[in-house]
Amino acid sequence: MADKVVLLSSWASVFGLRVQIALAEKEVDYEFREEDLFDKSSLLLESNPVHKKVPVLIHNGKPVCESSVIIQYIDEVWTKGPSLLPKDPLQRANARFWTDFIGKTIYPCGSKIWRNKGDAQVQAAAKKELIGILKQLEGELGERPFFGGETLGYVDIALVPFSRWFYTYETFGRFSIEKECPKLMAWVRRCNDRESVSKVLPDPHKVYQRNCGLKKRLGLE
Amino acid sequence: MAAAAEKGVVLLDFWVSPFGQRCRIALAEKGVEYEYKEENLSDKSPLLLKMNPVHKKIPVLIHHGKPICESLIIVQYIEEVWSHNPLLPSNPYERAKARFWADFVDKKVAECGTRLWKLKGEAQEEAKKDMIEILKLLEGELGDKKYFGGEKTFGFVDVALAPFTAWFYTYETCGKFSIENECPKLAAWAKRCKERKTVSESLHDPHKVYEYVGKLKKKYGVE
Repeated sequence: MADKVVLLSSWASVFGLRVQIALAEKEVDYEFREEDLFDKSSLLLESNPVHKKVPVLIHNGKPVCESSVIIQYIDEVWTKGPSLLPKDPLQRANARFWTDFIGKTIYPCGSKIWRNKGDAQVQAAAKKELIGILKQLEGELGERPFFGGETLGYVDIALVPFSRWFYTYETFGRFSIEKECPKLMAWVRRCNDRESVSKVLPDPHKVYQRNCGLKKRLGLE
Repeated sequence: MAAAAEKGVVLLDFWVSPFGQRCRIALAEKGVEYEYKEENLSDKSPLLLKMNPVHKKIPVLIHHGKPICESLIIVQYIEEVWSHNPLLPSNPYERAKARFWADFVDKKVAECGTRLWKLKGEAQEEAKKDMIEILKLLEGELGDKKYFGGEKTFGFVDVALAPFTAWFYTYETCGKFSIENECPKLAAWAKRCKERKTVSESLHDPHKVYEYVGKLKKKYGVE
């Protein structure tokens, strides 16, 4: 029986995009279902009753939730493709640590920048914090081509979708990530050379437009 | 001191931390000998700051001189290095479920618990409602099983949640409710955990935890 894989997500969701890259790396065929986050489908609410969030991977009818859990699941089920996590337990722990760090820091910090409603101090502090976070990641990358070493790995997949949100952060925050973190931007360009990334990730200008619209809708202008 | 950290297994921890206790329980479940180092959180050791420069927090597991940080990541590391008596199931879907619920415990219980003891009035009432909802969801996942890991397996989710059972008395007293009344199955699970040596030897008396929270409340000017 053929595998049936469905991904419930939203085109601009950084967490959903991670899963899309992972599926692409493993060459898994799947059906993408776009969710309207203001009008969630009954399938989403049934599949993720606890958090009611995207992404949700539904594999042969069984839902898996939380992007980091989903990616580890994909890595364990589709073993023919490249390994997304390292084999060595210490390196795995390290990869999980940085993915956890990325998950806890960039999204909330970035939100404080673009969702800001006229509070210059909060925005300035968030900008400084984001630059600090990205510099820490730059430090962790070091001289390697990818966080995964010679090839794209778990941490790369966790981080690279945020690169399409950089334009949003930069425009609202009035700063340049290229200027602050050139090594990280070089890493972004290396990631974009991979089809699994370039075919999946959305245009940063489209993301920006979407965020502008969302800001209006949420009354944050 | 640094030389001792080069060998074997060292755990940098703080006595009442439920996150540290997860690691202690996991190490005990696997029968791993380790050196326990108590940290003074108001005066963190150079070793802690060196080993966890990003967060500067406990717990940190140091194995052959290399640090592992973040309690659930440490537990998974312990699971992978000492692979007997597995805490995680072998089936990928069941593993994903276990990781999901451990992550849920991680995201929800401590944050809500802190609101419950730190806040007053309406905000505290809301925290109480949230805590009952969180515990009911966990109870739903437990079902009629002996442990979250199954009938025989004290697993990953059990390890993630068990330390918080020592905080139940604090939550109940601050929120003026009874976990036994609201979530009898979860309360029964908590009792079964206490009967497990690896848990009872890692946790502190709930009244000691309550006393500690009392001191924190004074420190934060909450009464």
